[in-house]
Amino acid sequence: MRALMLILTIALGVEASAQDSVFEEREFADAVQEQRFRALTNELRCLVCQNQAISDSNAGLAAQLRDEVYSMLIAGASDEEIVEFMVSRYGDFVLFRPPLRGHTWVLWFGPFVLLALAFGYLFHQIRRRGTSPDGDDGEEHPPGHLAEPEPRLEERTDA
Amino acid sequence: MIRYLLPLALFLAIVSFLAVGLNRDPRIVPSPLIGKPAPAFSLTSLTAPDRRLTLADLQGRVVLLNVWATWCVACYAEHPFLLEIARSGRFPIYGINYKDQRPAALSWLERLGDPYVASIFDPEGELALDLGVYGAPETFVLDANGVIAHKHIGPITPEVWQDSLLPLLNALEPRG
Repeated sequence: MRALMLILTIALGVEASAQDSVFEEREFADAVQEQRFRALTNELRCLVCQNQAISDSNAGLAAQLRDEVYSMLIAGASDEEIVEFMVSRYGDFVLFRPPLRGHTWVLWFGPFVLLALAFGYLFHQIRRRGTSPDGDDGEEHPPGHLAEPEPRLEERTDA
Repeated sequence: MIRYLLPLALFLAIVSFLAVGLNRDPRIVPSPLIGKPAPAFSLTSLTAPDRRLTLADLQGRVVLLNVWATWCVACYAEHPFLLEIARSGRFPIYGINYKDQRPAALSWLERLGDPYVASIFDPEGELALDLGVYGAPETFVLDANGVIAHKHIGPITPEVWQDSLLPLLNALEPRG
């Protein structure tokens, strides 16, 4: 039991410290605002260290962008306004999740199209294999009817 | 036949996508500001702290706007070529001294030479933020109306100048 408590304490402690900003102490009006700050800084990409969010990068630019998000939040900007502010300066690249637009259609739906094509091909193959055991004879057989073994070898030796 | 051609076609398609994708430099992020007016600003001049520079100072001619800093190693490498461009006298270069300290920046210019008509002192990176700067050096080309025509990320080398900047500058401001 004590071991369990200890594990829980450590786990929760780690969890709590992971939640707090690693870099600056900030004051928020309420928990909602704090939550919005956290969500926004997790969604915006640091351009210097490109696979980190601005929330977990210690690059100077990330700090500057965190400050900007914070001061806009405090000034009452909406999440959309803050995201728009960043996108208008740095482009869609600052967003970890690219928006759905004409030229990102392939990005969003391409994989599903490929998956559908692959499944289509797979089912096609299964159907063919299921009806004609030797696959390539091109003849339709009624379902459940086993094709009679064809005397291929003999044919070839005859010919 | 199709069973051999189809995988081959797929393979070639993947190879060509990878060839294009992997040859891109992921550190070069295209700017959404191309074709838009440069942001308004009011910041002091690096060399004359009591003088304020604004967008109006850059308008009226095609100009290069070069983001630099004394902490930036690539800017040091770029500097001699900027001096060369300045010496040719055809296109004025303005600087944005980015997240720097005034004494350090001044002694850099004194030691290495000053290619800039004027440098905008931007210690907090506020103009740089509005320009979507994410590193140094970066160089913007502004047309005579102050519209951003191009952004070059990284140092200007003689190759960059010959291959991309000079043709663009010539198109914006025909010699004559």
